[in-house]
Amino acid sequence: MANRTTVSNKLNVLVIDENSIRASIIELGLREAGYDNVTIIHDMNGLARRIMEINPDVIVIDIENPNRDMLESFFQISRAVKRPIAMFVDKSDEASIEAAVEAGVSAYVVNGLKQERVRPILKMAISRFNAFSRLNRELEEARGQLESRKVIDRAKHLLMRSRGVSEEEAYSRLRRAAMNENRKIEEIAQSLVTAASLFDPGADE
Amino acid sequence: MTPYEVTAGFVPLLDSALLVVAKEKGFAEAAAVNLNLVRERSWATIRDRLAVSQFDVAHILAPLPIACNLGLMAPRLQMIVPMALGLGGNAVTVAKDLWRDMAEHGVASNLDARESGTALRDVIRRRSNKLRFAVVHPYSGHNYELRYWLSANGIDPDRDVEIMVLPPPDMGDALLSGTIDGYCAGEPWNTFGVLDRGGRLATVKAAIWKSSPEKVLGVHAGWADANPDALAALLKALHGASLWCSRPENHSELAWLLAKPAYVGRPVEYLLPALSGVLPMGNGESRSVQDFFVPHAKAATFPWKSHALWFYTQMVRWRHIAHSDRHQRIAGDTYRPDLYRNALRELNVAMPSASSKVEGALLAETPVGSSGALTLGPDGFFDGNLFDPDEVDAYIAAQEKP
Repeated sequence: MANRTTVSNKLNVLVIDENSIRASIIELGLREAGYDNVTIIHDMNGLARRIMEINPDVIVIDIENPNRDMLESFFQISRAVKRPIAMFVDKSDEASIEAAVEAGVSAYVVNGLKQERVRPILKMAISRFNAFSRLNRELEEARGQLESRKVIDRAKHLLMRSRGVSEEEAYSRLRRAAMNENRKIEEIAQSLVTAASLFDPGADE
Repeated sequence: MTPYEVTAGFVPLLDSALLVVAKEKGFAEAAAVNLNLVRERSWATIRDRLAVSQFDVAHILAPLPIACNLGLMAPRLQMIVPMALGLGGNAVTVAKDLWRDMAEHGVASNLDARESGTALRDVIRRRSNKLRFAVVHPYSGHNYELRYWLSANGIDPDRDVEIMVLPPPDMGDALLSGTIDGYCAGEPWNTFGVLDRGGRLATVKAAIWKSSPEKVLGVHAGWADANPDALAALLKALHGASLWCSRPENHSELAWLLAKPAYVGRPVEYLLPALSGVLPMGNGESRSVQDFFVPHAKAATFPWKSHALWFYTQMVRWRHIAHSDRHQRIAGDTYRPDLYRNALRELNVAMPSASSKVEGALLAETPVGSSGALTLGPDGFFDGNLFDPDEVDAYIAAQEKP
């Protein structure tokens, strides 16, 4: 634990994200990196008041969030009262702004903080946002694969029952039909299931 | 020929109509533009995606490209405005309670900017706590026209009320819950607030400043330099779209088009009022507003230098930027009527002969010297003031007086 405290970071980091899973992934990453003072907001109700209460040093927010304009207006107001806050992404730092926009995240920092101190936070947020999108994509694909396996199973059972064939024979019939019609096997299976339900509702149960 | 690929960002608002129609009604295709429209939920994200060249052009708040060029926003982004996307379209909606108080001070349901503002001033004088108003962005026509309206009615927008920024879709709920007392927004958000959240229409942009600028086509300056033909083709497509949008017989189809989930994604009945100019006021009343939203007539798509400079004077007035010759030049140079003229020349479009005008000088619709038949105005500020773009210093100095 001793070496853990050496990387401990006093920065007050606020993560604003309506997607609570993604927010948790960021929070976890921040804590692993030694940022112990992390707050998450998923609920956008009374956001302005919450931000003022939390008074964060750094704010990480997804770029889909419609409250970004409100957030940026804070900096304008605070400039008037001589407590300037600027965007985290340095004006000259084009590569990092590009990476951030690609990933779908933006970050803001209380001015006066050294950029180097907070740069790791944005880097981490970018990589976690990217990881989250990748995860989502994989999940979608897996879901799609699961769905098509289910429909092929149902088609197989329909064939086994109505034609009295074995499971292997049912599958090879589906595959043959798919090859002959130059379509995917799950499309043939889906047509079969749909047709069966039209002829005999409940037949594929 | 291979069509020009153009990616445009837009925010789901009624005045994204020109871009939507350019794509959906074939104007882009006819101009050899493959127009890819991407919907966004904040101006900050529109700006960021322009900055990293994910967008080439965007539907954007008229003062925002000026703010970008003045370095008021990060990331750094140089923009030009070669075309406007219509005139007017905003309104000020207030909560039912505030309206009742204003009614006690003699406001009538006529949207008159003087009457409503005077009643509001009288309400404020008798209150102990500050009223709170919302606008969509600090560098927006909404913020500047709300401030103009308040000031000209003797209300100090910084001292006498609080002005905050909220996403327009949240404004109706904030009004109903009492978080805010009023807001200045574009459509469909005033109609929504009035029909669904008990709001009352206090005044409209078309009453505060007739024929005034609102959204423009913001273009990444680097992209415009590298793709002059694509930009010119896009301006032609948008010109065709503006004419289509202006025809009353198309309003119903336009409302249906905008109502689609890919665009504004709100019911048709929230979109029709701005197009017909007959606005629900609250309490079941409605009122016809002259020139509420003008997509084409009165050179509505012309990027007037005087519009850019007026916004600049307001940025100075509200201490968004210090006044200097350099800043004034940057603001004025952001708008590019030269590109507009060049792109539309071969279409024989009626064009104003000047690129700047004295704002507020036309008290009625007036034929103007131009390359075709064109009428402008009325373009008056409700307080009768004039803005002469050749007298920026004097205008700024006069504004500073209490």
